[in-house]
Amino acid sequence: MSRIANAFAGGKAFIAFITCGDPDLETTGAVVRAAVENGADLIELGIPFSDPTAEGPVIQGANLRALRGGITTDRIFDFVRKLREDITVPMVFMTYANVVFSYGTERFLSLCRDVGIDGLILPDLPFEEKEESLPVCRACGVDLISLIAPTSENRIAMIAREAEGFLYLVSSLGVTGTRTEITTDLGAMVRLVRENTDIPCAIGFGISTPEQAKRMADLSDGVIVGSAIIKLLEKYGRNAPPHVGQYVKAMKDAIRN
Amino acid sequence: MTNPNGRFGIHGGQYIPETLMNAVIELEQAYNRFKADPDFNRELTALLNNYAGRPSRLYYAEKMTRELGGAKIYLKREDLNHTGAHKINNVLGQALLAKKMGKTRLIAETGAGQHGVATATAAALLDMECVVFMGEEDTIRQALNVYRMRLLGAEVIPVKTGTATLKDAVSEAMREWTSRIDDTHYCLGSVMGPHPFPTIVRDFQAVISREIKQQLLEKEGRLPDAVLACVGGGSNAIGSFYHFIEDKSVRLIGCEAAGKGIDTFETAATINTGRVGIFHGMKSYFCQDEYGQIAPVYSISAGLDYPGVGPEHAWLHDIGRAEYVPVTDEEAICAFEYLSKTEGIIPAIESAHAVAHAQKLAPTMGKDQIVVITISGRGDKDCAAIARYRGENIYE
Repeated sequence: MSRIANAFAGGKAFIAFITCGDPDLETTGAVVRAAVENGADLIELGIPFSDPTAEGPVIQGANLRALRGGITTDRIFDFVRKLREDITVPMVFMTYANVVFSYGTERFLSLCRDVGIDGLILPDLPFEEKEESLPVCRACGVDLISLIAPTSENRIAMIAREAEGFLYLVSSLGVTGTRTEITTDLGAMVRLVRENTDIPCAIGFGISTPEQAKRMADLSDGVIVGSAIIKLLEKYGRNAPPHVGQYVKAMKDAIRN
Repeated sequence: MTNPNGRFGIHGGQYIPETLMNAVIELEQAYNRFKADPDFNRELTALLNNYAGRPSRLYYAEKMTRELGGAKIYLKREDLNHTGAHKINNVLGQALLAKKMGKTRLIAETGAGQHGVATATAAALLDMECVVFMGEEDTIRQALNVYRMRLLGAEVIPVKTGTATLKDAVSEAMREWTSRIDDTHYCLGSVMGPHPFPTIVRDFQAVISREIKQQLLEKEGRLPDAVLACVGGGSNAIGSFYHFIEDKSVRLIGCEAAGKGIDTFETAATINTGRVGIFHGMKSYFCQDEYGQIAPVYSISAGLDYPGVGPEHAWLHDIGRAEYVPVTDEEAICAFEYLSKTEGIIPAIESAHAVAHAQKLAPTMGKDQIVVITISGRGDKDCAAIARYRGENIYE
């Protein structure tokens, strides 16, 4: 069983998103460990991009803080290599197509394989554009994670049938960021996904409270939380790790069956 | 010229969030239906002629020709269009299309403010709601256009993220579109972004080269030897080039904003200094660092201050069909002043980049040769900024 499949095997999964290098890689490492120790089943590591068009203000801020601190793709690969020495949960990268393309798709993905990255999420690489990256991902054993949005409708079956790793269900229209209400009929989306694939699906975008997490986890196989964690980093900076740990524990407790 | 996946050679494509995919697919289908629809075309032509003032003049710049002592110079006067720039050609097309699609709200990005003004104008005319995203830096550089947009009933949202210029305005408009798609059309202002935008915008701007060809045949009975236009995203340039692409004798020259020079970091000359990347929905040339982070570009011209270029230009460059030359701030400002004094025409600082290159090119050509420069917009909006550049503070 792959590390990603394993993360969903023991009940509802909690997926934590953390931007690498916000405010520095030492803190990112401590936050990842705090999240894993408190029940995070999968870690989504953001490689900062100068112009993250799918992100709301909170994650945009994290990207800029990290880039201002001098973070680069090379430093992130070195960091993950060290992190892998003790972190056993699956880790996936979330970044933008240009970061991968500019580095060289083959060079990027073979390094992913070498340092122990399990999957890749590129929010600006839809189904129609994945042909260029997919064969390279497969050759390197890295799952190219697909996203499904509230507007996907007639595209859900097509995307789900070819999905790998897990499916990222975008809960709401718009960009990342916390929301007080999630109104999309996610139950119907998940049903359509299930008719077309056996791989797990996790819901992300807008989830911040344990109540929301519970509701979303009831509908799916797991929840993805980004902005709420980044807000703790924004607030506490280098002192964020225990706060993130505490938060992850509350969220994980809420979705435990 | 476009293959079914919206590719121009390796460039173009649809690198956008899944949330927007059905929106661009719906747009492509609607466009393909309406572009073949006689009623739609009749309505659009009537708007272009009766409202925007087309066809625009092809003016023989006799004094400039005499002074430069080489090729005969014609100016394609897009500055005479309603709202003062070529932007209205595309906006009327897209706004009418959006209306037919049942959309009631237009959103747009703007750099110099010309596209924002054009969009606000079309929205006022067609009874649509309008929101324009503009980099905060640009709202200061182009304060008059901000006022014009508000006067026309649009809401202008200053974008404070990143470099607070055109690229950030595009990012913010894309973010807004992902949050509200049902009633909203993103009226993209240049031949960029995801397919089908580069094709739609080019088709609506191609009226420029269609007219140049016809008007020059009437006046001179022949094709031009060179067509010059400024290139930011590249909409007036592709519009000026399009109907000449197959006429291999016509040199197509795009003038990029070199800012303080292509050997400095303060430049926006994408084809001259950038490399292939993926951003804002398309594969094309971009100014970026070795890790693919988009570079903070610079030009005195807010309309050319963009780190990318439309995918069709990237392709025309790759196959060697068009040339892309850098023009500095200083050269453009001198040309801005030159055309004002010589022909009594104040060009937009964007268009002045093309005038500057023509000043170098025309004297090297024969008197029997013909150069066409597209004056993409009028320069009233730039007067205060140019005055400041020359050390004079004026109140708008």
